[in-house]
Amino acid sequence: MLYREAGQFKTNYFADQALFPIRQDQIGIFLILAVAFIGVPLTASDFVIDSIINPILILSLAAIGLNLLTGYTGLLSLGTGAFMGVGAFGCYKLTTFFPGVNIIVLIVASGFLSAAAGIVFGLPSLRIKGFYLAVATLAAQFFLSWCFIRIPWLYNHNVSASIEVPERTLFGIPVTGPTATVTTRYIIVLTIVSVMTWLASNLIRGRIGRTWMAVRDMDIAAELIGIKLYQTKLLAFAVSSFYCGVAGAMLVFLYLGNAESESFNINQSFLVLFMVIIGGLGSLLGSFLGAAFIWGLPIVLRALPDYFGVPVHPSTVEHITFIMLGSLIIFFLIVEPAGLARLWQIGKQKLRVWPFPY
Amino acid sequence: MHLLYMIFIDPFVQMGTAPDLLAQTLWEGLVAGVLYALIALGFVLIFKASGVFNFAQGIMVVFSALTLVGLYAHGVPAFLALAITVGVMFLLAMAVERFVLRPLVNQPDIVLFMATFGLTYILIGSGELIFGGDPKVMISDQLLLPSGAYQIKTLGGFVQMQKIDIAAAVIASLMVASLAVFFQKTRIGRALRAVADSHRAALSVGISLEYIWVVVWFAAGVVALATGIMWGARSNVSFALDIIALKALPVLILGGFTSIPGAIIGGVIIGVGEKVGEFYWGPLFGSGIEEWFAYVIALIFLLFRPQGLFGERIIERI
Repeated sequence: MLYREAGQFKTNYFADQALFPIRQDQIGIFLILAVAFIGVPLTASDFVIDSIINPILILSLAAIGLNLLTGYTGLLSLGTGAFMGVGAFGCYKLTTFFPGVNIIVLIVASGFLSAAAGIVFGLPSLRIKGFYLAVATLAAQFFLSWCFIRIPWLYNHNVSASIEVPERTLFGIPVTGPTATVTTRYIIVLTIVSVMTWLASNLIRGRIGRTWMAVRDMDIAAELIGIKLYQTKLLAFAVSSFYCGVAGAMLVFLYLGNAESESFNINQSFLVLFMVIIGGLGSLLGSFLGAAFIWGLPIVLRALPDYFGVPVHPSTVEHITFIMLGSLIIFFLIVEPAGLARLWQIGKQKLRVWPFPY
Repeated sequence: MHLLYMIFIDPFVQMGTAPDLLAQTLWEGLVAGVLYALIALGFVLIFKASGVFNFAQGIMVVFSALTLVGLYAHGVPAFLALAITVGVMFLLAMAVERFVLRPLVNQPDIVLFMATFGLTYILIGSGELIFGGDPKVMISDQLLLPSGAYQIKTLGGFVQMQKIDIAAAVIASLMVASLAVFFQKTRIGRALRAVADSHRAALSVGISLEYIWVVVWFAAGVVALATGIMWGARSNVSFALDIIALKALPVLILGGFTSIPGAIIGGVIIGVGEKVGEFYWGPLFGSGIEEWFAYVIALIFLLFRPQGLFGERIIERI
C-alpha cells in the first residue's frame, strides 16, 4: 500500500525523464542522503566511519567503474587494481607538481590519467573477447604493478617505496593527511561518490549507456545498427578507468593515508570483481550492495567469536573466515546468480503488489 | 642509438659468445615451461568439458601437495599418502560437482568463474586450517624422486641439469601421452570429447554430464597433484605457489583454451621466452620483467590469432 505509484501522473517530459519518477523513491533517496550527510556524522563512532563506511563508499565507486565496463559493456577486466593504482600514484605526483591546487581538483584530474591508461590497455578489446580479454587485462595489472615498484620517480624516490599523503586543506580545514578528522574525510568521500554515482546513472540512461548495452548484448548486431564498436569500447574503458582512478586516489588520500604497490595488486582487482558480481552485473545499486557485502562480511565474521564469547585463536578465525566467505559466495551465486540487486528488485515488486501475492 | 643497440644487437652477441649460458637458460625455461604447461593442462581439461574457467586450479595444486606432505608428517607412509591424496582429489571432484556445478548449471560463464573463486577461498581456508600455513618441504626422496644434478660439458662450458627437472619433464610427457590415449581410445574419453563438442548433443545420446564432470575434475585434480609434487620439489610447498596459476594464464591464451597440445607448446614458449627475456633483456629495464613478460608475449600473439595458437576458430553468428 505504501509503495505504489498509482495516482502519480506525469504531465510533462521532464517529469517522465526524472531519475526517480516515483514519489516514494524520491522521498527514499532524500532520506538516505539526509541520513548519510547529517545522521551518520552525528551518531556513528569514528571507528565505524573510518574502517567500515569510508572504505565501502570508496570501493563502491571502484565497483561502479568496473560495472560500467563489465556489467554494462560486457568486457571482463581484471586490471581494476592497476587502474586504481594509476589514480593514486598519479594524484600523488600531481600534489607534488601543483602543491597549491585544490586537492579535490587533483583527485578528479588523476582520474583522467587513469582513463588514459585504460584507453591504452583497452586497445586489444576489439579483437579479443571474453576470458581472453580478461587475461589480456591481466597484462595491464602486472605491468603497472611492476611500474609502481620499479620506477622510483612515481613515489618521489622515497626509500620505503611508498607514497605518503601530504596535508592539504579546503577552506582552511585539513582534508587529507594525518590532521584531517574522520568526519571531514567522510563528507568529502560521500560528496564525490554521490556526485559520480549520479553522473554514472545519467550516463547509463543516455545514448552512451544504450550503445554500451547494445555492445554487451551482441556486438556484431550493435555494429550492424551503426554503433562504432571501437569508440564505444574504448570509451567504456576510459570512463571505467576514470572511476577506478578516482576511487584509487580517494583510497589513498582519504582512507589509507599511505600506500605502496601492494595496495593495488591483483587481489584488489579480484576484490572489486567480487563486489560487482555478488552485487549484480549491470546495476549501480548492486555495486554498493556488493561492496558492503564483500567488505563487511569478513569484519562481521571476525567479530562473531568475540560476540558469543567463544575463545578461538585469531589465525583459526582467519582461516574459518576464508572458508565462510568462499561458501557464502557460492551460496549467493546459487541462490541469486543475478546478484544482490536482483533481490532488492524482487523485494520492491513484492512491496508494490502487497498485500496480494502477485 | 645505444638503447637500440642494447635491445637488438647486444643480447644476440652475448648469446653467440657464451652458448653454454644460452643452453642453460633455454633448459631452465624449458623446465619452467613444462610446469606451466601442466597447470594449463588442468585448466584446459576443465574448460573443454564443462566450459568453466577454473580459477581454483592453482590452489588445487597447492592443496593436493599440502595434503600429501601433511599426511606424511602425520606418520602415513609416502606412497599410501599419495594414494590417499588421490582419493581426496576424487572426493573434491565429487563435492565440486554436487555442490557447485550442478546447482549452477546453465548459468552465465562469469557466474561459474566467480564460483571457482569461492572454491579457491574454501580450499585456502581449509588447507591452512588443517595443515597450517607455514611452508613445507616436499617429500621428494620418499617418493623415490631423484635429486642432485648432472653436469654436462658442452659448448665450451658446463650446463647444469637438476635430476628433478628431468624427472618433471619425463613425468609431464608421460602424463600428456596417457591423457591423449585416454581421450582418444577409451569410452570415457570419447564421452569427454563429445561433451566438449556439445553439451546438448552429448546429453541426448545418453552421456551423463554429472559423471563426466566428476571425471574431468578428478583428472584435473590428479594433474594438479603431479604439478604440486614437481613444483614443491623445486621450492617449498606453500600458498605462495598459487601465483603460478596466474603464470599459467598467458600459456592458456597462447595455446588456446581448448587445446591440450596448445597448452604444452604454449607452456614451453612462455617458459623459454620468460627466462630468455629476463636473462638477456631484463637488466635493461631493471629486473623483474618476468612478472609481465609472458603476458606481453601472449598479447602480441593474441593480436594476430585471437583464438590462440591451436584454439578452435571463433565463428560468430547473429
